[in-house]
Amino acid sequence: MTEFWGYRRPDGSVGVRNHVAIIPSVYCANHVARRISEQVAGTISISHQVGCSQVGADFELTAVTLGNVGCNANIAGVLVVGLGCEKFRASELAERIARSGKPVEVISIQDLGGTPQAIEQGTCIAQAMVQGFSTQRQQKIDASALIVGLKCGGTDATSGIAANPAVGIASDKLISCGATAVFCELTELYGTEELLARRACDERVAAEIRGAIADMERNVSILTGDETYASRRELLAAGNIEGGVTTIVEKALGGMCKAGNARLQGVLDYGSAPPGKGLYLMKTKGHDSESVTGLIAGGAQIVLFTTGRGSPAGSAVSPVIKITGNPRTFERMVANMDINAGTVMEGTESLESVGSRIFDEVLAVASGKRTKAELLGHTELFSIPRVGAYGMVV
Amino acid sequence: MSEDGKVLVLVLSGQDNIGTALRDLPRGTVLRVEERGNLEVIVADEVPFCHKVALRDIDAGSPIVKYGEVIGYASRAIPGGGLVHVHNVTCDRGHLRVAAGGGRGEK
Repeated sequence: MTEFWGYRRPDGSVGVRNHVAIIPSVYCANHVARRISEQVAGTISISHQVGCSQVGADFELTAVTLGNVGCNANIAGVLVVGLGCEKFRASELAERIARSGKPVEVISIQDLGGTPQAIEQGTCIAQAMVQGFSTQRQQKIDASALIVGLKCGGTDATSGIAANPAVGIASDKLISCGATAVFCELTELYGTEELLARRACDERVAAEIRGAIADMERNVSILTGDETYASRRELLAAGNIEGGVTTIVEKALGGMCKAGNARLQGVLDYGSAPPGKGLYLMKTKGHDSESVTGLIAGGAQIVLFTTGRGSPAGSAVSPVIKITGNPRTFERMVANMDINAGTVMEGTESLESVGSRIFDEVLAVASGKRTKAELLGHTELFSIPRVGAYGMVV
Repeated sequence: MSEDGKVLVLVLSGQDNIGTALRDLPRGTVLRVEERGNLEVIVADEVPFCHKVALRDIDAGSPIVKYGEVIGYASRAIPGGGLVHVHNVTCDRGHLRVAAGGGRGEK
């Protein structure tokens, strides 16, 4: 029986952290939310660019995603900060989060009379919440309660040879314990659709995999086909190319390795929770912040994030474990990197051994071990995608 | 394998026509590719760490194979031992010709 120490929530979900989250319903409330969080130890705040001047599918995606983020089990309680006049009413965000059974309070900057009053009121509310939750003790929880997000960013050629395959081994091991793993980034999967479709649990899922990747490729091709922007066609980042990655297909084949060998149970809409256990693919673009936000909205308590070039970015909501397959990156950026998979490139360790270390690290972080990104205060990885014309997620 | 016994190039799959350099490989480095029965390949261009080196001559237009899959096509002839990278490889994924009006694209 594989277990970790976690925090049980009213809806039965389990968190690996015990945050009180200050969440603005609209970007105009970002600053007040942040100031409240600076006043009260044990809180996190979220900053975003949505919540007003939105309609249709675009507005719906914001509402569902922000609500689902608030429902993430790492968050014990929430203070929603609204402005008062925004499209996305603070009361709707609060109601969505309250469906999880956790306590939710709401303040409105305009109702209270402005910034200083809102900070003061929010501080008092947040302080009481944090003190209340500070008495909650972790309990022994089966590993099957874990949903682990799988990400890569700052990819180089070592990612697809060392870091991602090692994560794949860890992912398979987690799934064999009954846990769930979710990978994503459809823009980073061109060329893998048939390999993934072959692993689908049934024909319907196989068709969804092919369709999701094809839709994303078509949408991206509309942009790259515009001759006006011919100098902006390259799909790879400068760091990918300097790091030895030559084509998007090479990057995709390497990226796919982080999904191990498990059968694919389904394809998830952005920010949606997996309906069961096992391996899932979530429809996100290859944008680190949007992808991690989507994974967290889908319930991921931990994110495994491989990086060859050295991304330092982290999340306030869910601990991000950084794994690099580049031994030089690990040495230079040891303050940002949790796991060195570069030993595989040096020939001093097997993939199986690194995979096992990553699996152990997931359980350790789940039980309270802080990641390098958490300790340095990195919280960049939060943004919600927009939906443009013809339902294209931009 | 170099003099100090370390492996210099990694070949991931039996169908691959490239290997990945496990250290910076200066021009003239002699590679003995274990996965190809100690095939000798002489590095023709400087190949930086984790970049790709051709295991044999690759004709213009031929597939570049890594992980047992086609990752792109040679945009010009590449000699065995040559650096294989953006200057001599093309890939058209992500650049479909999409019909006007947002219809489904064709490659």
